[in-house]
Amino acid sequence: MGMGKYILQRLAFTILVVIGISILVFVLTHVVGNPVDIMLPLQATMEQRELLTQQLGLDKPMLEQLRIFLGEAVRLDFGLSWWQRRPCMEVIFDDLPLTAFLIFLASALSVVVAIPLGILAAYRRGSIIDRLLTVFSLSGICLPPFWIGLMLMLVFSVKLGWLPTSGTGTWKHLVLPAVAIAFRPMGHLAQIVRFEMIQQLNALYVITARAKGVDEIVLLFRHALKNIMTSSITMIGNDYAKQLGGLSASVEVVFGFPGFGRLISDTIENMDFPLLQAEVFFVAIIVCLINLLVDILYAAFDPRIRY
Amino acid sequence: MTATETTAKTLLSVRQLKKYFPIGGGMLKKAKSNVHAVDDVTLDVYAGQTLGLVGESGCGKTTMGRLALKLLPKTSGEVFFQGKDIYQYSGEQEKEFRTKAQLIFQDSFSSFDNRDKIGSIIGEPLVVHNVCRGSELDDRVGELLRTVGLKPELAAEFPHTLAAGQKQCVGIARAIALKPDFIVCDEPISALDVSVRAMVLNLLKDLQSSQQLTYMFISHDIRVVRWLSSHIAVMYVGKLVEYGETEEIFAHRLHPYTEALLCAVPIENPRDRHIKREILLGEVPSPVDPPPGCRFAARCKLATERCSKEDPPLLERRPGHWVSCFEDFEGESEIS
Amino acid sequence: MANQATSKKKVTLADRFRYNKAALFSLIVLIVIFLMMLFAEQVTAYRPTQGDLYARLAPPSFAATEKGPAHIMGTDQLGQDVYSRLLYGGRVSLTVGFVVAFVGALIGITLGMFAGYFGGWIDMVIMRMVDVWSSSPTLLVALTFVMVLGPGKWNLIIALLVNSWTLFCRMARSQVLVIRSSAMVESGHAIGASTNRIMFRHIMPNIISPLVTTFVLELAHFINAESNLSFLGFGVQPPDTSWGLMIGEGRKYLTQAPWIVLFPGLSIGVTVLCLNLVGNWIRDEFDPLAVKQ
Repeated sequence: MGMGKYILQRLAFTILVVIGISILVFVLTHVVGNPVDIMLPLQATMEQRELLTQQLGLDKPMLEQLRIFLGEAVRLDFGLSWWQRRPCMEVIFDDLPLTAFLIFLASALSVVVAIPLGILAAYRRGSIIDRLLTVFSLSGICLPPFWIGLMLMLVFSVKLGWLPTSGTGTWKHLVLPAVAIAFRPMGHLAQIVRFEMIQQLNALYVITARAKGVDEIVLLFRHALKNIMTSSITMIGNDYAKQLGGLSASVEVVFGFPGFGRLISDTIENMDFPLLQAEVFFVAIIVCLINLLVDILYAAFDPRIRY
Repeated sequence: MTATETTAKTLLSVRQLKKYFPIGGGMLKKAKSNVHAVDDVTLDVYAGQTLGLVGESGCGKTTMGRLALKLLPKTSGEVFFQGKDIYQYSGEQEKEFRTKAQLIFQDSFSSFDNRDKIGSIIGEPLVVHNVCRGSELDDRVGELLRTVGLKPELAAEFPHTLAAGQKQCVGIARAIALKPDFIVCDEPISALDVSVRAMVLNLLKDLQSSQQLTYMFISHDIRVVRWLSSHIAVMYVGKLVEYGETEEIFAHRLHPYTEALLCAVPIENPRDRHIKREILLGEVPSPVDPPPGCRFAARCKLATERCSKEDPPLLERRPGHWVSCFEDFEGESEIS
Repeated sequence: MANQATSKKKVTLADRFRYNKAALFSLIVLIVIFLMMLFAEQVTAYRPTQGDLYARLAPPSFAATEKGPAHIMGTDQLGQDVYSRLLYGGRVSLTVGFVVAFVGALIGITLGMFAGYFGGWIDMVIMRMVDVWSSSPTLLVALTFVMVLGPGKWNLIIALLVNSWTLFCRMARSQVLVIRSSAMVESGHAIGASTNRIMFRHIMPNIISPLVTTFVLELAHFINAESNLSFLGFGVQPPDTSWGLMIGEGRKYLTQAPWIVLFPGLSIGVTVLCLNLVGNWIRDEFDPLAVKQ
């Protein structure tokens, strides 16, 4: 199968996922929840209720509503956010770039830190450095990122006063949230890199024992690097998608960071159905596209994989 | 095959049986090609006797054995057991069939659940068919172990503690637990050391006479088949090439492949080295979408143009002796 | 497989642990944590909701107060004993994690076994579902559930369940595919054993150890997921508490009383770490397919 055909297939799959998830969320919000009850105070009269039901188009049959919803979604029109009283698309595009950048910073940070540390630990296997790194990466994996964020804030903002506790605007505001988010992928990646390097070093030992040429050693490290790159790409890509899909919310809440994660959290708190649908729609598309990008990059680094 | 039906009762009849394994295709796509594992095979197995199924590895003999037990779906054709097509069985009939027909594996150990003790491996058929339970089950398992020449105390052991030959005996005990009529033995001794082969073969032969068993004995070793079988069927790349009573076939090899197979048996006496023999040359053709014509044509000295164009039909050239070859061949090698 | 079985018999469970001290230590820690939670009534002096407005935000201390035993982990903004709340909240955290992982395992394993065993269109439908699910924003779907159902412990469990079956489904399917084509299954058919018997009596026990590993690792994962949602206020609601909720409520007092946040976070970290170490150990020890280092 050619690459072009594969990409087309995956795009078709993306559309399937986006439509499926949109329908699911639509059904959930319209069948299980009742928007009218949520939007109006308890003491609202029957007339008020009926008026709102009509305004929201909830008096039409369910399939008709779904058809209208999907038709508008294709045109990227999700209507007004109930909570902010402005178009959902506008609300999302106000916050999305900031979080996209924050997570990008975190991903870059985790790669830049984890790869050298992992290689170092593999070289000095069993040493203090190795042990420290293992503890460090395991805590990154196991501790909740929002808690790490709070601890970072306690030390670097409250006690030392180096960095602001919350808000946005300068690069200083990005440091702590990015570090808090980066801890988990950093830990995972450092472990993977260490494991991969140790295997290659073992193989290297075998080769030098057989007194083979330098070419082979170079080849070995290129091989190790390739494996490290492929697993890094997969891991970072998946993590990026997850963070954008709401995982970054708790860290953003900790630092009062006005990003997409906090928007999701606020959306749920305010029971803003149209905004949630728009968010789900967008995140589904982005997640699928990131997965596709990861697969393509993966193929670029690993010649064995052909689609 | 009316000629021999008078001498013994037919237990299992296979008619124009085909089994193709599709390869390449996907969920919605049609398969690109097919492996013709069993292609238009017709033969009979007589009650209380043994049919030896011989051929090189990959000739479809194992698939044939599985089809005879309805362990695989067929592509077309019929398999009659006691007069009824096993592929038309109702659920109830199939359950009954499972008590009457059994399978002995080449490597019995791999067919055991490693977590089970020998007792529950042997007793499982009895439990599944509600034959007996409790202490009666234990007694029956002990009896079965004794029948296959093992100590009843072994029931409490795990099978991996046994030697290879003993493991095979456990497999045999499991197969005879329900007192079946028919057993397919799928190369039951090929995986064993030469030293224990005779033991297992003798056990199979003893069981046959004491329990009136009918075997379909699958093997690539024609000597073993000769020793045990009343009838022989020779398969080559999914096709049946020669079929008949054992001694008849050994006396008159009417297919060049059978001749070659027999000649492949090492000569026991070194002084007989000079004996004229047919040596099989060339490779076994691929069973994937084979071209028309005789499958053996490419390796056959007698092959004519006709052989690579037409399928030779299976014809009764001598009484009870069926061959699929256009040529009027009869093997002349001296065989022991 | 033969060697695996042989070694399984000769080496006792205790022997196996001796080779991996970290896993042994983790298991002991987990047992201690579990017992402390189970007997929370006996090992704490205060009820979790017993507030004392005069003893608000008291720092950790081993000195007894006038009113009772020491608050070894301090008190929170309502003067409630943090240590006490840690154990009672831990019960909730672990219960949610366990129920989610367990029910997810039941659903996922059943579907995965069906998909792997029957193949064909059943397999295609189930695995397509898993594919779609894996590439969709499941956290958002879980949050949607929380939104329409309202926050709370049981609704949180439902929301997290949305996400917990896919991994088990994949694992079970791939394991079944290996075993399905085995002689063991064919032998089962040959003696006329029913599909149910083959599946639950023979296949299931043989795929259990990789699934146990997955279960332990997923349990750790969902303890973290619970804390994440409870922290945001979408999970467990007061007066109930959980580790995540404790951090969420305590974060406003971070500067005056960091201990309210510190201990629940450490508890999550330690529990999840120990579960991970034990899970990896089970995988290395019992899974014949895993590479042994």
